[in-house]
Amino acid sequence: MKSLLKMTWMEAKLFLREPVGAFFTLVFPLIMLFIFGFIYGSVPPPPGSDGLGAIDVLIPALSAMVIGITGMMAITITMATYRENGILRRLRTTPVSPLIVMAAQVVVVFVMTALGMLLLVSAGKLFYHVQFDGNALSLLGGFTLGSLSFFGIGFILAGLLPTARTAQIVAMVLLYPMLILSGAAWPRELMPATIQKVSAFIPLTYVVNLLRGLWAGQPWSDHLLDVGVLAGMLVLGVVISAKTFRWE
Amino acid sequence: MDPILQVEGLHKVYGATVAVEQVSFEVREGEIFGMVGPNGAGKTTTIECLEGLRKPDAGRVRVLGVDPHCEGQNLCLRVGMQLQQSNLPDRMRVWEALDLYASFYLKPADWKELLVELGLEQKRNTPFSKLSGGQKQRLFIALALLPNPQLVFLDELTTGLDPQARHAIWELVRAVRAGGKTVILTTHFMEEAERLCDRVAILDHGRIVALDNPANLIHSLEAEQRVSFSLDDGLSPALEKALSSAGRLEVQGERVTVHGKTDRQLPLVSEVVSLLTGQGTPFRDLRTEQPDLEDVFLSLTGRALRE
Repeated sequence: MKSLLKMTWMEAKLFLREPVGAFFTLVFPLIMLFIFGFIYGSVPPPPGSDGLGAIDVLIPALSAMVIGITGMMAITITMATYRENGILRRLRTTPVSPLIVMAAQVVVVFVMTALGMLLLVSAGKLFYHVQFDGNALSLLGGFTLGSLSFFGIGFILAGLLPTARTAQIVAMVLLYPMLILSGAAWPRELMPATIQKVSAFIPLTYVVNLLRGLWAGQPWSDHLLDVGVLAGMLVLGVVISAKTFRWE
Repeated sequence: MDPILQVEGLHKVYGATVAVEQVSFEVREGEIFGMVGPNGAGKTTTIECLEGLRKPDAGRVRVLGVDPHCEGQNLCLRVGMQLQQSNLPDRMRVWEALDLYASFYLKPADWKELLVELGLEQKRNTPFSKLSGGQKQRLFIALALLPNPQLVFLDELTTGLDPQARHAIWELVRAVRAGGKTVILTTHFMEEAERLCDRVAILDHGRIVALDNPANLIHSLEAEQRVSFSLDDGLSPALEKALSSAGRLEVQGERVTVHGKTDRQLPLVSEVVSLLTGQGTPFRDLRTEQPDLEDVFLSLTGRALRE
């Protein structure tokens, strides 16, 4: 327990000392928000959107983007680099278990992801007076499910790919289309209908749907498919990442 | 007294390559035991089998009475390891690394004391990536000492260090042993093995080709001592005859080398000098060469260690 606390605290410090990771988790989503806010901020809500404007829809979508970035980039790159550089090799000679190493990553990246979302929501409230119709606890629950189900992808990629460099490239190649097609970085409604069909095959879509729904105050029962897919990903993620973990 | 570590018939194969073949030895408590040999001789594979990081294909390994592969978790509480290829995160500071690694053990050594003993106090807030090679190795020794181990493994500790840093590390290793710990190390510097180790196993192509203390290994060579000097006036027949009694002569221009056996009563050099001065012959640039472990390796394998 003591080693888990120490390691989590250490990883948190290391995360914040790494400017690129901290930028993409905490600053980049805000920049996206301000760009969209500049374009759509003054557009009145379109008819049939329950009075929700572009920014109101954008906050939960951008939160899903943060989840995609931290799950697939932060975890993948950190774990793959730790293995390639022999950092895990050094840890292997101590009594510390791989579970503690992974748990510390999960806690730190989850807290950073949550911080990223908190910044988005605060900026939305402050500058765009966003409308939040949901329940905060419920939203936190959906956010937690979405985050943990995506962290599994990061651990699996790090476990399967041979080097940190390939892990980084594969993660980027997978992530960027996912951000666009899922509607996390760009309102899905603005895309052609055929492309919207593709989004059903993109895991991040289910995070976007769930968060947007919970943000708008819809009940969980409206999102059983999203919850089912994400829960399935979470279970698979835990099982496979435990199997693919390698010290070196 | 039971040996602290026993290896019998250790065998390890990677694909078609035999990395370690029929290696057997014992390490006694309180000694500095060295494995020396060129790159690819099987030193690191052997030490990693002892550390429990690799599974031997055949053979029996007992470290502190247990099988390191099956009981690694138990063993890593009593054994300290410094690995050849391992790292810490670039931005982790020296004190943070010690503090974190100390939290893995129930009764760790006091890391603040280790910081002082290993001369890292000035560097306590320095990030890992900003340390010099010697400082990184000192930090790794400190991490290896955190569990208060009975036995410490040091794999290629001084590779890539400049001579000054290497000598400083040797002092630290001696201090570790003086603290009552047994040390097993690998190196490809024969000088390091000779100066630091109580006993040395020389490895080549995965086999132990010799195992003894450095003095015995060198003595067993019955190698020659060599004394060479330059004569301005050339070698007179009378002098040649006198010097031949001390050993075989080799003449290249004005440079003369006398080869003599090691097992003699007087050192070869004093015999040669007294012959030269007895004849009143002026000489200059006198040099003597003693055989060392490098020569032992050469004679055992027919190859020089560093090629």
